[in-house]
Amino acid sequence: MKYVDEFRDGKLARTLATEIASAVDPAQSYRFMEFCGGHTHAISRYGLEDMLPTNVQMIHGPGCPVCVLPAGRIDMAIQLAERPEVTLCVYGDLMRVPGSQGASLMRAKARGADVRMVYSTLDAIAIAEQEPDREVVFFAIGFETTTPPTAVAIRLAARKKLGNFTVFCNHVLTPSAIQTILESPEIRDIGRVEIDGFIGPAHVSTVIGTQPYEFFAEEFGQPVVIAGFEPVDVMQAILMLVRQVNDGRHEIENQYIRAVTRGGNVRAKAEVADIFELRDQFEWRGLGPVPYSGLRLKAAYADYDAERRFAMTDITAPDNPACECGSILRGAKKPADCKLFGTVCTPETPMGSCMVSSEGACAAHWTYGRFRDLQRKQAS
Amino acid sequence: MARVMLDGVGKVVSVALIEDLKVGDFVVIHVGYALTKIDPEEAERTLAILRELGVAQPEAAS
Repeated sequence: MKYVDEFRDGKLARTLATEIASAVDPAQSYRFMEFCGGHTHAISRYGLEDMLPTNVQMIHGPGCPVCVLPAGRIDMAIQLAERPEVTLCVYGDLMRVPGSQGASLMRAKARGADVRMVYSTLDAIAIAEQEPDREVVFFAIGFETTTPPTAVAIRLAARKKLGNFTVFCNHVLTPSAIQTILESPEIRDIGRVEIDGFIGPAHVSTVIGTQPYEFFAEEFGQPVVIAGFEPVDVMQAILMLVRQVNDGRHEIENQYIRAVTRGGNVRAKAEVADIFELRDQFEWRGLGPVPYSGLRLKAAYADYDAERRFAMTDITAPDNPACECGSILRGAKKPADCKLFGTVCTPETPMGSCMVSSEGACAAHWTYGRFRDLQRKQAS
Repeated sequence: MARVMLDGVGKVVSVALIEDLKVGDFVVIHVGYALTKIDPEEAERTLAILRELGVAQPEAAS
C-alpha cells in the first residue's frame, strides 16, 4: 500500500537503528513516552525496542481510548443497554472492557441486552432510521480522532430530526492527559525527570495539529516529536528525540509532516467546537479525575444527549484491586510487573482495560512481547 | 461519501471532515471517516531526508 510500505521497510528501520546507536551518549539515559496506543502497538508488533540501545527506553502512555475509560462509565453503559427500549451501538473494542465485578457489554448482550457493534457513527444513524421504535444510543468514546465523527453524526441526526438517536458522550482530550502525567506525583517522586521526551500522536495530531503541544515544550521543557504510526516513522522520531536531548533542545518537531500541519483539520475542529463543550472534570482510568479533560454536548444539542434523555447518574466503581492498569497507564509500571498479567488476565478474559484493545500496553505485550520476557528469563 | 481502497479492499467512507478532495487522493481513515489528506510531496520529502542522512535506500520497498 502506497505511503505505508515505504514506512515499513525493515532495511530502513535497521539503518535508523544504527544511526540511533551512534547518536546516543552512553552516559545518558533516554526515556521517551509514546502517548498513543497506536505507537505502543507498532513498537511491540515490529519489535522496535529490541533495535534500540539499552539506555533508550520506551514508556507506554495512556493514549488508548478504551483503556482510559473508567469502570464506572462501562457500568453506566450497561445499565443503559439493559433498558428494554434501548439499542446501544458501540465500537467493537468496547465489548470486552471490564466494568465492575466482571461485568462487560458482551455479558450484558449475552443476557439479552441489545448491544450492537458498529464500524462508524453513520452505522448507528442508519440503525436509528431503520428502527424508529428503538431508542438508539451511540456509546461515544475516544480522543480527538473519534470526536469529529461523533459530531458529524449528531449534526446529521439534527438535520434529519431523528428523535430516537442520542449519544452517551465520553470523549476526552489528549493535551490534558499529557499535562496530568507530567504533573503526576509518581513521576516527580522519582527525584529526577522520569520522561525525557514524548512521541506525539499521529491521527490525533492530524485533527488538532502541532500547535497544542507547544505548551509542553515551553512550560515543561519537554521535547515532543509528532510521529506517524509505521515503524520507520517511530524510529525516525526516536532519532529526532535523541538529537533534541543531546542538544539540550525542547522543541515541537513534526516527523509526520505528510499528514499533520500546525493548525490541524480546521473543519473537524469547527464541527467539534460547535457541538461539544468542556466538562469541569472527567474521570480517567489510571489518572483519576482530570480537570477540563472531557467533553459533553452543548445545551443546544441536549435532545441528542443520552445522559439527559435517560437521566443517567454518574457511577464511580473501583478497578480490580490487583490490576495494575492505573500505574501502567501512567507509565509507572510495565505490563509484566502486574501479577495478573498472563495468568488470569489475557485478551480472552481481560481483568483490566489495558488487556482489551490491541492498542493497550498489556494486550500489545501479550501478543508480541512476552516471548522476549521468556527468552530473557531463560538467558539469565 | 467516497470509495477508498485499502490494500485491495474497497470501502465506502465519509469525507464530511475534509475539503477539496479529488479522485486519486490518499487519505488517513479512522472509524469510517477520512481525517486528512496525505501530502505526497511531504511524504517524498520525509523519505528524502532519510536518504540524505545516508540511511535510506534509493528505492523503497513496494
